[in-house]
Amino acid sequence: MKWDISDMDSWTYKQFPPGAVIPESGNSDDYVTGGWRSERPWRDDEKCTQCLLCWIVCPDTSINVAGEKVTTFDLDHCKGCGICAQVCPVDAIEMVPEGCDLPGVK
Amino acid sequence: MPTHTTLAATGNSVVAEAMRQCKPNVMAAYPITPQTTIVEEFAGFVAKGKTDCEYVTVESEHSAMSACIGASAAGARVMTATSSQGLALMWEELHIASGMRLPIIMANANRALSAPINIHCDHSDIMGARDTGWVTLFAETAQEAYDNTIMATRIAEHPDVMLPVMSCLDGFITTHSIDRVSVMDDESVAGFVGEYEPRNALLDTGTPVTHGAFAGLGGPYFEFKKQQREAIENARAVVSAVGAEYSALSGRPFGAIETWGMDDAEVALVVIGSTAGNARAVARHLRADGMKVGVVKVRVWRPFPYAELAAALKGMKAVAVLDRAESFGAEGGPLYLEVRSALYDLEMRVPVVGYIYGLGGSDVKLELMERVFSDLADIAAGTAAPAGLVYLGAREEA
Repeated sequence: MKWDISDMDSWTYKQFPPGAVIPESGNSDDYVTGGWRSERPWRDDEKCTQCLLCWIVCPDTSINVAGEKVTTFDLDHCKGCGICAQVCPVDAIEMVPEGCDLPGVK
Repeated sequence: MPTHTTLAATGNSVVAEAMRQCKPNVMAAYPITPQTTIVEEFAGFVAKGKTDCEYVTVESEHSAMSACIGASAAGARVMTATSSQGLALMWEELHIASGMRLPIIMANANRALSAPINIHCDHSDIMGARDTGWVTLFAETAQEAYDNTIMATRIAEHPDVMLPVMSCLDGFITTHSIDRVSVMDDESVAGFVGEYEPRNALLDTGTPVTHGAFAGLGGPYFEFKKQQREAIENARAVVSAVGAEYSALSGRPFGAIETWGMDDAEVALVVIGSTAGNARAVARHLRADGMKVGVVKVRVWRPFPYAELAAALKGMKAVAVLDRAESFGAEGGPLYLEVRSALYDLEMRVPVVGYIYGLGGSDVKLELMERVFSDLADIAAGTAAPAGLVYLGAREEA
């Protein structure tokens, strides 16, 4: 089921599911946590060997993959932990300060 | 109608029997004196195949309540038992169980808390857990401990309540003394408690849900607490309705309070648990001597029966409240504070005097009850003012 929480801020106490249960699966997708980030990952497509190690270790699911290749980062949910940059065997991922204006930042 | 069998049994033994009859799916428990024989007897039922309950042996009470919470969220009917330090170790989980609205049923064998180390009866353990959001029932006798366990199951699982329920019995005095107890047949108990229909069970994989989510950062935590307040207020009517239904089945009355001699009493003693028997025994003798004394026993501690107590104690010339627990630095024990609050809105002020008694199993002799009634008679006659908090029977300087 789709749980409509768009006007949750105006709900009375009676409208919340008892026991703080969330009656819908997978709705963490709708909860944008990217704002917690202070650094964002930046990937050099030239250096990247598409080993997918970053995709394996990401504690969220913020490495977007299509056709078995890394495409982009899901910046709505990436919290900037930097594990992908740490494990990259060819240093293709770099953490750059949020809000900076480096040329070539994807 | 049910078949009733009269047994000579301990309180713990009949609590274990009631739990077996209520058919829990999971019990997670850790032994602690004087509760141990409840979970030990229940483990015996599991070993002998008298129940198909999943019995989880854990390494502490903290884990016991955690396992109960997990099992209850999964959709099981869950029971456990504890006492004293064990209840104290469960403290954070007690809040989680009520906050998650999980109808766990737990027996508590009331016992003192360290230090100094003591294994005997008082109500310090449960009074320390009084604000954890559990519906709390107290038994005077093994019979009531049996009855309360069965009623607790119905109260906890009622759709308007969905809260954990603690069923308390006095350590050693009620848990270990052999008493005459009437038990019902298995089918009647099973029929009374019914099948548990869990709400939002984690094991219902067709409708996946999340339990234990975050509600901070401006989230609705406050609103969830308001829901809990409403649920425990709903429990008043449910406790009463379930009590009436159980009375019809068992032939034994059940109210939030139990009164004795209150029709024409001029002074009254308010008490919780096994000491009610001592109080009535003395009151009976004093009545024979012409003293108009009454006894009020509180059976439901949360939600507290304010209206019932105000109605029962209205017009008394003096009231004594006996607390088997301290609230250090407060004006009196926890029951005293509640009774005073219950009487506040009465037109005419009722003099109330607080006694702390029986801590750590300190003997509750009949002379002590006589002394309380004698104090009440003096206050009623105007020959003495209500004293400050009295440590009843403690050795003091003359």
